[in-house]
Amino acid sequence: MAAVLIAIKDLRLRLRDKSAITLGLIAPLGLAIIFSLIIPDVSAGEFTMELGVVGIEDSELGEVFEEAVLDDLDTALFAVTEFDTEGQAQTAVDRLDVFAVIAFPPDIDKAVAEGGGEIQVITTNEAPISGEIALSIARQFAGDVSGVQLSVAVALFAGGADAESLAALTVDTPLRLEVVDLETGDRQLDISTFFAAGMAVFFLFFTVQFGVSGLIQERTDGTLPRLLASPIHPASIIAGKGLAAFVLGVTSMAVLITATSWQIGARWGNPVGVGMLVVAGVASAIGIMAVIATLARTAEQASNIQSVVAVVLGLLGGSFFPVSQGPAILSKMALATPHAWFLRGLGDLAGGGGPSAAMPSTIALLMFAVATGGVAALRMRSMVRL
Amino acid sequence: MDPSAPPLLNCSRIRKTYGDLVAVDDVSFHISPGETYGLLGPNGAGKTTVISMIAGILDADSGKVWVAGEPMHPRATKAKTAVGYVPQDIALYPDLTACENLMFFGRLVGLAGSTLKKRTKEVLRLTGLSDRADDRTSTFSGGMKRRLNIGIGLIHQPRLLILDEPTVGVDPQSRNAILESVDTMADEGMAVLYTTHYMEEAERLCDRIGIIDDGKIVAEGTQRELIEKLGGHDKLHIGITGYGLPAANAAAMLDCVIRVSLGDTAMELIVRDARSSLAEIVNTIVETGAEITGIEIEEPNLEAVFLHLTGKALRD
Repeated sequence: MAAVLIAIKDLRLRLRDKSAITLGLIAPLGLAIIFSLIIPDVSAGEFTMELGVVGIEDSELGEVFEEAVLDDLDTALFAVTEFDTEGQAQTAVDRLDVFAVIAFPPDIDKAVAEGGGEIQVITTNEAPISGEIALSIARQFAGDVSGVQLSVAVALFAGGADAESLAALTVDTPLRLEVVDLETGDRQLDISTFFAAGMAVFFLFFTVQFGVSGLIQERTDGTLPRLLASPIHPASIIAGKGLAAFVLGVTSMAVLITATSWQIGARWGNPVGVGMLVVAGVASAIGIMAVIATLARTAEQASNIQSVVAVVLGLLGGSFFPVSQGPAILSKMALATPHAWFLRGLGDLAGGGGPSAAMPSTIALLMFAVATGGVAALRMRSMVRL
Repeated sequence: MDPSAPPLLNCSRIRKTYGDLVAVDDVSFHISPGETYGLLGPNGAGKTTVISMIAGILDADSGKVWVAGEPMHPRATKAKTAVGYVPQDIALYPDLTACENLMFFGRLVGLAGSTLKKRTKEVLRLTGLSDRADDRTSTFSGGMKRRLNIGIGLIHQPRLLILDEPTVGVDPQSRNAILESVDTMADEGMAVLYTTHYMEEAERLCDRIGIIDDGKIVAEGTQRELIEKLGGHDKLHIGITGYGLPAANAAAMLDCVIRVSLGDTAMELIVRDARSSLAEIVNTIVETGAEITGIEIEEPNLEAVFLHLTGKALRD
């Protein structure tokens, strides 16, 4: 009962202290919205690549490119514009009417028949990702053509049919080796959910620090001796601080999940699974921040150290960018952070899994909470003995 | 104060050490209901450590503290209910209002509902803060904070009130109000443990005084008893005109007079119990033909006792 009274008092103080609301709600929500606006979500159809082409009607190779590549492009993602000349295409790129252009020179057929040739790609620094995509498409096509050139050259060398027949045969031969994407499409968080979750778990560590640093604040304010002289068990003071931090953390996460779902279309997954991850994530954040609080002498010192640790863990844990796309060592180090486990758990739920899908990450987060919370509780016992 | 009543607070040979430092060493004293006990000592003497053990904030290494017949220690919720603790530092939540501070600490000591509301109003009235009840304490003056700091200790009408330097930094008006309140509460039967740097407060309030130095109680008793330990000699200044030397010689012959020194217009006498021997001394001087122009009695005070016992001024 005393712990609840202390927690209610702390929550009232935190509500009056605008910084808790700022760090717990406004900042993560604002950043999630900003990130999701800046970085378009391909899976949600928010991104369209404006691709220009030149010379596809003037060469056989261009026609093959149109049939084999352009006709297969997802029209939801690509908008293709044909230009008569490279000059027109260059102007369009400069004006960002298109983001990149793939150009087939007039003599491309002759050059390819002679075993050479080049496909030009016009890009701009204003749209680097689109440029990379256009280059990738062109390289892929050039690779296929080079394969045909090689096959024909080998067959001619071996004394087979004429070059034209061999080329037609090679082109018509279907590819037998295919690449199938088994996971990423299902398990990866869409961009809005990723940034909503990343910002939520990042700022969670700042939100709960208000609760766990409260014990140092009581000591600084001189109210700790008065609490200790009250007819309550000293452990209830620690419990009250933990409870306040937990309520702050869970409330902040709940509001953010609701707001980002509604505002930026974040898809968090199975509510029970998300709930498990949130509770375990908040507990782990409280544990880590509480350990740090016990190492500090003043609330200000605790706040500074906690902020540094929160930022480092956030960066390492992939709150701002997916660490799985970084070096392997970074991916392994990320597992030492609750952030990575929280995001991994959400990724597991994103594939449509139920609560059991989030269980491994929940258990990992709870292990963080038990380990750090245990150390913090032991150290805090000495703090309530003046 | 009922001297026959069992003590409300009983400290028996309490001791507290921090490493090699002995902060409190074998301290024993008791306080009866309605009694105000002053604990005087220089800074670092161990006053706050003693108070912390009595309030149940600290565990004693050895010895026992009983409050209202219950053993006191950090987990002794029953004994703590009988205690109102007013720490030396102002212990308020600056972002809570006066009313919210009182109600929070009131709930912690078990008050609820209409009782809590009634007591909150009473304490606000007692501390003169009724009109600022809904203001955050961060907007209060130092004196107002001090009054509320004391008020929180009174919220549950404790049987033992512990006041650790409650008037430090308080304006004279607020200080007077605080002292009057303490007096009233003691009259109503509350036992009060009072520490202060201000000798006049101890002299005014305390029925008994313990002087603590280097963690030990070096003297204890009523103000009179302590002064007598110093020797009990008073100083008497008598202004005279004419026949100074015969008057001084005559006075020196009296049993109650220990020493006489004569000046141009006055003589100074060291006497035993000036108040009871004053008439005899005056008659003796007048009979010599000298005319008395003024009399001033200077009794030994606690400050002198304190200095004598500890070798330090109280504010050291």
